[in-house]
Amino acid sequence: MKLRIHVTLKPGVLDPQGKAIEHALSGLGFAGVEGARVGKLIELDLADTVDDAQIDAMCRQLLANTVIENYRIERA
Amino acid sequence: MKTAVVVFPGSNCDRDLAVALEGVTGTKPIMVWHRETELPVGLGLIAVPGGFSYGDYLRSGALAARSPIMRAVADKAAGGMPVFGVCNGFQVLTEAGLLPGALMRNAGLDFVCRDVALTVDNSQSAFTSRYAAGETIKVPVAHHDGNYVADQETLDRLEGEGRVAFRYGEEVNGSARRIAGILNDAGNVLGMMPHPERRIEGAHGGTDGRRLFEGLLEIAG
Repeated sequence: MKLRIHVTLKPGVLDPQGKAIEHALSGLGFAGVEGARVGKLIELDLADTVDDAQIDAMCRQLLANTVIENYRIERA
Repeated sequence: MKTAVVVFPGSNCDRDLAVALEGVTGTKPIMVWHRETELPVGLGLIAVPGGFSYGDYLRSGALAARSPIMRAVADKAAGGMPVFGVCNGFQVLTEAGLLPGALMRNAGLDFVCRDVALTVDNSQSAFTSRYAAGETIKVPVAHHDGNYVADQETLDRLEGEGRVAFRYGEEVNGSARRIAGILNDAGNVLGMMPHPERRIEGAHGGTDGRRLFEGLLEIAG
């Protein structure tokens, strides 16, 4: 099975890369850019025997740093 | 004092730390590869060096924190052994859960590489006993991800419990409350972004880093 793990910064965590992107878009002349946040997309290819609890454990133990990041699991 | 330096693929300050430790303790540290599952017996200090372990893949320090040797480091830390993480070593210790918070991309997005002023916030710890509280020292930084982040409650707790060991005396990387180095709750684990191991001999342009290692040696007896 193929999964997509979306890792995003928690609300309130400052994102200097997002800020730089926001400024760059404005600098290109795009009006109305009110925010940008950078996250990660991790595509996993897993055997069908891997259960939800294991997938969640993968996210918590490695794929996301839950001090600063949230994650969302999307089934392709 | 017998010491160990943990080495990951991509570590690049391991030799700096080893030279500093040998210079202060008179004994060559034991270099321990990340695949090892046990640490040598009788250590007085475990040092986690700077560098770019695993190429900073995923997040700085994230993969190194899950390597086999870090389980042994966590066990020793729980038993009270001094553990010292510098730069990437600090990132590894936060990722491993041995220290709270996280280190994010510098607020200015630049890699910052220069001498900075640090103030010693807590001079009572095993690592800072040779410094005076409030003293300003000069130590270099060289990092891209040194922006210390933690929730307000954690920051308040760190400050309230005297666990901020060092603070930047100037704006460096956007760190919350200008935190440069923190201690764990038991006081035996220190992580800091600046490099005291690069201020050991006169030829380095100063010796402000030396007392950190001397203090540890003194406590080890």
